[in-house]
Amino acid sequence: MSQSELSPGVPPPTHANTINEQQHGIWVRITQGPGLVSVLAVFVALVLGGLLIAATDAKVATTAGYLFSRPSDFFSALWAAGTDSYVSLFQGSIYNSRQGFAPFLETLTVSTPLICAGLGVALAFRAGLFNIGAQGQIIIGSIMAAYAGFAWHLPFGIHLLVVIFMGVLGGAVWGGLVGLLKARTGAHEVILTIMFNYVALYFLDFLLNTKAFQRPGETNPISPILDPSAVFPALPGSRLHLGFVMAILLTILVAWILNRSTIGFEFRAVGANPAAARTAGVNVARSTILVMAIAGALAGAAGVAQVAGTEQVLTAGIAASLGFDAITVALLGRSTPWGTFFAGLLFGAFRAGAVTMQISTGTPIDIVLVVQSLIVLFIAAPPLVRAMFGLNRKSKNKHPKTPKHAAPAPAAPASQGGGA
Amino acid sequence: MKLELQGISKAFGSFYANEDIDLVVEEGQIHCLLGENGAGKSTLMNVLYGLYEPTAGRILVDGKPVVFRGPGDAMAAGIGMVHQHFMLVPVFTVAENVALGAESTKAGGILDLEVTRKKIREISDKYGFDVDPDAIVEDLPVGVQQRVEIIKALVRNAEVLILDEPTAVLTPQETDELLDIMRQLKSNGTSIVFISHKLREVKAVSDVITVIRRGRVVGDAPPEAETTELASMMVGREVKLTMDKEPANPGEATFKVKNLSVISSTGQRVVDDLSFEIHRGEILAIAGVQGNGQTELTEAILGIQDRVTGSITLEGKELLGRSVKQVLGSGIGFVPEDRTVDGLVPEFTIAENLVLDLYDKAPFAKGISMRPAEVKKNAESRIAEFDVRTPSAENLASSLSGGNQQKVVMARELSRPLRLFIASQPTRGVDVGSIEFLHRRIVEERDGGTPVMIVSTELDEVMQLADRIAVLYKGRLIGIVGADTPRDVLGLMMAGVSPGEAEGSHQDNPDDMEGDFA
Repeated sequence: MSQSELSPGVPPPTHANTINEQQHGIWVRITQGPGLVSVLAVFVALVLGGLLIAATDAKVATTAGYLFSRPSDFFSALWAAGTDSYVSLFQGSIYNSRQGFAPFLETLTVSTPLICAGLGVALAFRAGLFNIGAQGQIIIGSIMAAYAGFAWHLPFGIHLLVVIFMGVLGGAVWGGLVGLLKARTGAHEVILTIMFNYVALYFLDFLLNTKAFQRPGETNPISPILDPSAVFPALPGSRLHLGFVMAILLTILVAWILNRSTIGFEFRAVGANPAAARTAGVNVARSTILVMAIAGALAGAAGVAQVAGTEQVLTAGIAASLGFDAITVALLGRSTPWGTFFAGLLFGAFRAGAVTMQISTGTPIDIVLVVQSLIVLFIAAPPLVRAMFGLNRKSKNKHPKTPKHAAPAPAAPASQGGGA
Repeated sequence: MKLELQGISKAFGSFYANEDIDLVVEEGQIHCLLGENGAGKSTLMNVLYGLYEPTAGRILVDGKPVVFRGPGDAMAAGIGMVHQHFMLVPVFTVAENVALGAESTKAGGILDLEVTRKKIREISDKYGFDVDPDAIVEDLPVGVQQRVEIIKALVRNAEVLILDEPTAVLTPQETDELLDIMRQLKSNGTSIVFISHKLREVKAVSDVITVIRRGRVVGDAPPEAETTELASMMVGREVKLTMDKEPANPGEATFKVKNLSVISSTGQRVVDDLSFEIHRGEILAIAGVQGNGQTELTEAILGIQDRVTGSITLEGKELLGRSVKQVLGSGIGFVPEDRTVDGLVPEFTIAENLVLDLYDKAPFAKGISMRPAEVKKNAESRIAEFDVRTPSAENLASSLSGGNQQKVVMARELSRPLRLFIASQPTRGVDVGSIEFLHRRIVEERDGGTPVMIVSTELDEVMQLADRIAVLYKGRLIGIVGADTPRDVLGLMMAGVSPGEAEGSHQDNPDDMEGDFA
């Protein structure tokens, strides 16, 4: 009885699926699908990246010239080219015999802003918002944090807290403004965040050309170094700073907000079905503003990690491409807090190891970007990855493979009982 | 054309939506598929229409086996389908919609709509459809849109027409017109597969009734069969088609609506100067054809309509101008008309959906921290109380059938002490067995002394539940009448005829249909 009451896993294709619902379904599948797709996407991207490295490798090209006389040369060169790069990537990001685990500390350092900003993007995803404004939020956060760090001279301890607060506030305001505009005017957050990114970027350029942000007596677009009291304490012998602990705490915080708090319940409800959320008494406008402000605050924390941790000065390139990498990190992490955390570590490792890889094997750093982009591409097309690994078979009911002419009346499982 | 299904089975994973179904549709017959929601009627028709590949079994047309790889094959074989949800492009004209997918072209690939227009006029004249080929589809009433769908099938020379729950969206009068059209089509030799769970219509028009339950054919029945017999076949046990409820014992009027008007976002006055009261311990049913202001009325009470004038008071307190949260907090249980849109978050678990509007109240939250243990405890007791069929409270709401989803919404809204209970379409798309249960819960709430407002477009439901019936037409209150008002009087009122006049014409034409429900 209960079996028949449950609707089948595959809904009839003809029913009330409006285009919007279908798009919503795709959106949820891409941003919040199963983790397996992420793992497979990384794997496939690495393999393709390896092939790409091999294809451009000189030795592979040479051996390909006499492929038919001695194929083993070609294949060993192919294997070597592909794997050598990844081995040195590993050595540059996790462990090598010369430096021990020092590269891993560098990975954690590079990951810190990626994790923070990734959490911001992930949180917004869960609330149904495509926050591609992490870049701008990081920049504004960096500006505020840096200014508090070099212009104000406060006592040890308090100073760092003020810097963190200012950075987080800057990001929150920048994100919250987007939420406010969306809630009040209905403007689309994608357009808004793109434009806010530009505004932030060029505002930073402008500021770095003003007296207030330049080093005294210089005209280069670079700020004074932050006060020693304004930066995260670092682990001796590495660049790893206390900001990483902040990233861990933020991950825990976001996990708590999403899964255990009433505001997270509201965010998720609004993200999944705004109409039902509104009918249930959720203030959707307030929720939109709040989620964008928190997302911005998290990106602002990434800005803090940059200026008060890794860089310790404000430059035009302070945010690098962090804000966009954060989107890929959130996608790879399936918009879950801990998924984002580990995706951030992975991308941090790519970044940290790429330099070593280029030095020791000559493989250009850009190949890492290719791999990153491939990962996102595969995540954005879940059926593609599933098809590659043959995971699609169950749902293939629409395309008959074998003609049914010959099928004699009912097959085994259907013939257990008579009809009428 | 004779259509045969032999031993059709359709499995989704280990779940059999259809199992070993045999069906023969004779030429020029109206063959009804009767079954509850989720019984597998639509799946079967999707198999027949080429949308699903059957797991086993075969389809024969005039004795020859055929294989449909898509709707195109089915159409080519002379099968047409009118879906429950119309497949029309709203901004296209009737002719453009009919031509879509089978366009006639002039030299150079230029679209030739004149051919289509001519065909539409021919069919329209033949069956008295009264459809203008150049009308824009979105401007047409639902009943006419349905005729456009039928024309679409006929233009493609359909000899077997599948109508999937065609009356779900129609007024009683439109329903009668559709039944006439079906009879005409039949007399012209078209076979019709009529899918429905409404016994009155099925009995009125069918030649043969095949009852399906849980994916299997339970048996055939003649249209003369007793309503109760058909219902029992459908549900698999004895069902009561009439509610035995005690007469209402109304107390004071605590819910008052005065001069309420609502202006829609397009500037139309969708609720026009409504005034009514509901007493404690009484069910007031709001009857009317869909789209006559019912949705806006309930939304105005809930506080999600912007341009509202007048007054809505509950126990003397004004509700207008308050937020949804405050309105719900003042003791209103609200079941929205479309559960999947407004009532549930399909991606949430059942447990989460059961606290969707209570998540920030004790005991489910303390400050902004939620208490999952309480949420789970609540879910388990509600699931048991309302007999929600699910393996676990942690399953997603989207995994439930329509009836069980509705139970979840009702369970949530009835799970606290209420001062007013509002339910829109409380049993839309719900199977007969669940309807009985949900109706009983609504009456229990009434007997507990709560004023209850039911909005329903199903006349049978209105007549079963109501103590008084208010009929809405174009946003205006046509009248409030007693629950014993005859069906066709209500039908006329729903078309805008005043109660006095409706009463009068009823005297002239007193043939009332019997045995109605669902």
